[in-house]
Amino acid sequence: MNKKSLDAIAGGLACPIPISEYEKILLAHGGGGTLSHQLIQKMFFSQLDNPLLNAGHDGAIFKITGSKMAFSTDSYVVRPIFFPGGDIGELAVNGTVNDLAMCGAKPLYLSLGFIIEEGLPMEDLWKIVQSISQTAKDCGVEVVTGDTKVVDRGKGDKIFINTSGVGVVYDGVDVSPQRIMVGDKIILSGKIAEHGIAILSAREEFDFETDVKSDTAPLNGLVESIIEVCPEIHVMRDPTRGGVSSALNEIAESANLGIYIEEDTISIADPIRAICEILGLDPLYIANEGKLLAIIPQNKATAVLNVMQSHRYGRNSRIIGEVTQDNPGKVIMKTSIGSHRIVDMLSGEQLPRIC
Amino acid sequence: MKYLNEYRDAGLVKNLARKIREITTRKWVIMEICGGQTHTIMKYGLEEILPAELIIVHGPGCPVCVTSLEMIDKAIQISRRENVILTSFGDMLRVPGSKEDLLSVKAAGADVRMVYSPMDALSLAEKNPDKKVVFFAIGFETTAPANAMSVKEAKRRGISNFSILSSHVLVPPAIEAILSSKNTRVQGFLAAGHVCTVMGYEEYLPLAEKFRVPIVVTGFEPVDILEGIYLAVKQLEEDRFEVENQYSRVVRKEGNIPAQKLLKDVFVTIDRKWRGIGTIPQSGYGLNPVYADYDAEKLFDVSGLNLMESPDCIAGEVLQGLKKPYDCQLFGKNCSPEHPVGAPMVSSEGACAAYYRYGKKILQHNS
Repeated sequence: MNKKSLDAIAGGLACPIPISEYEKILLAHGGGGTLSHQLIQKMFFSQLDNPLLNAGHDGAIFKITGSKMAFSTDSYVVRPIFFPGGDIGELAVNGTVNDLAMCGAKPLYLSLGFIIEEGLPMEDLWKIVQSISQTAKDCGVEVVTGDTKVVDRGKGDKIFINTSGVGVVYDGVDVSPQRIMVGDKIILSGKIAEHGIAILSAREEFDFETDVKSDTAPLNGLVESIIEVCPEIHVMRDPTRGGVSSALNEIAESANLGIYIEEDTISIADPIRAICEILGLDPLYIANEGKLLAIIPQNKATAVLNVMQSHRYGRNSRIIGEVTQDNPGKVIMKTSIGSHRIVDMLSGEQLPRIC
Repeated sequence: MKYLNEYRDAGLVKNLARKIREITTRKWVIMEICGGQTHTIMKYGLEEILPAELIIVHGPGCPVCVTSLEMIDKAIQISRRENVILTSFGDMLRVPGSKEDLLSVKAAGADVRMVYSPMDALSLAEKNPDKKVVFFAIGFETTAPANAMSVKEAKRRGISNFSILSSHVLVPPAIEAILSSKNTRVQGFLAAGHVCTVMGYEEYLPLAEKFRVPIVVTGFEPVDILEGIYLAVKQLEEDRFEVENQYSRVVRKEGNIPAQKLLKDVFVTIDRKWRGIGTIPQSGYGLNPVYADYDAEKLFDVSGLNLMESPDCIAGEVLQGLKKPYDCQLFGKNCSPEHPVGAPMVSSEGACAAYYRYGKKILQHNS
């Protein structure tokens, strides 16, 4: 999302709320009758306007050109729903767009499912819908079908969103952990742990005074520029829940090769590091929503690093390590003091409900 | 980051590791007391850079790990009572009691909440006057002053629906118990820097004297720990047994006097059962009878529990430095952080969890 649109949302409603007779969501807004119809028409169609959605079928009907498609789904239950750096709507679009991008696909269409708790302020829903609309425009995707349900007060937590998406895989691109090879370089697209810590510090139970913001961002543009210089890219993964360590562990395990990284090459902003120190959290396990890990054949690493660093969402990209024959299935890190340790998969939840 | 990077400096670390190698002439067994130190040793792979003659064993200083099954079961029983909100630090919620942990009781409907400070639990009590808010107060001398403060504040502010389940433990009696054991192999200690921040280190002088062991008050960063080890080895090599303070940027000999006064006011020293070790005389804090109205053990009748540990778990021997986590037949098989059998596998400060997470069966990387 560009700065202007962010300011517009942060600074107040970009346009006036179209439903003024109800301040809060009622059960009837999900009941399929007049109120449902009104909600969908005035709040959703007006914002998400596109021919496929406007056709008003039970589903969207469209042609796909290309040999391979990617299809992904994700549900968003983040608390709080508005957090520093974004909101649940923006997260729901970026999240699924990024999942498709990680498959080496150009994301095209999204579905949008709302589960709303009775009593949600209409204004909150309006902010979320506008945020979804703006984020979708920024990503170049269209929301082409959707669904709304309202549950009794106390049976949900304000709002849950599911988005599914389809995209077309770029020609000649085949990302899969089985393709990684010894000597491949691992690139991380920026500073880590910002989303998880932003959510944590926004919780009412914490009194942190910090300006840490979520890094939620669409990565399809960054992926497109990587693929332009390196269509033979082996793997991409966005290190969301479980953080960089879980993403690398999954890759090492499926490839049955080792991954070797150097602690000093992983960038973490000072405020994030400070909060992690205070709370005893390891930034390697904390969620990101606008970062990616790319595993690249050795001879293309520099070219890919250059295009990533010149992209707005990859400016702080660095090579953090490589694929090894040793320690198959494991991630080994050279620590800042020169010793080595295993970076294990996250066990249990470090933080509850962050996306 | 200032005040941290200096103590994680690769050059300093290498230099200290070299100095330790230079003075070490034979096998020594050194125990770090505190779980925070265990965590740093494993996280930074410090054993890899130490001479092979040095054996570092991990002490009982993880409060979650040494909390007895009875106390956990008491907390679980209390959490099931009507109108109770049971609060504790996050790790405590995952520790298995005799049958289940607090998180599963929460899933079954009990109101169990994670807090980051006992004062948060006190505010919760203030906001929910028709609920009884119980704080499961665990920890060593380090966390005790804050927990004592919550009780004192509750009394001062007239908040009568707040109480604590005190499970506090003390370091010096544990050192004494370890050194008194016939099987002990520990020859030197790194004392826990933050415990000594509160208590000072005068109480360690008679222990060093009586058992002829060096005790070095040590911090928590890699440079601290290596310096602590260096000082301990130097004493051992020179046949000295003194109390030294490596963590002098934080710890004073007399400790934090106002905090100690608060502890004396709110708590009394009592016998305490430690998980895997058994009862150690005068090794815990219970609430002073003056504060009986804030004592969850008195307010809720949860006596009469006497429980057995899993017979295969060697947590007690690990916590006394007699065995390493790898020596356990359950390690990594029946016992993992997802399915802990013994408490040291639960907390990130627990020796077994630290070995599981950072060590497993160690590495052969040649770069």
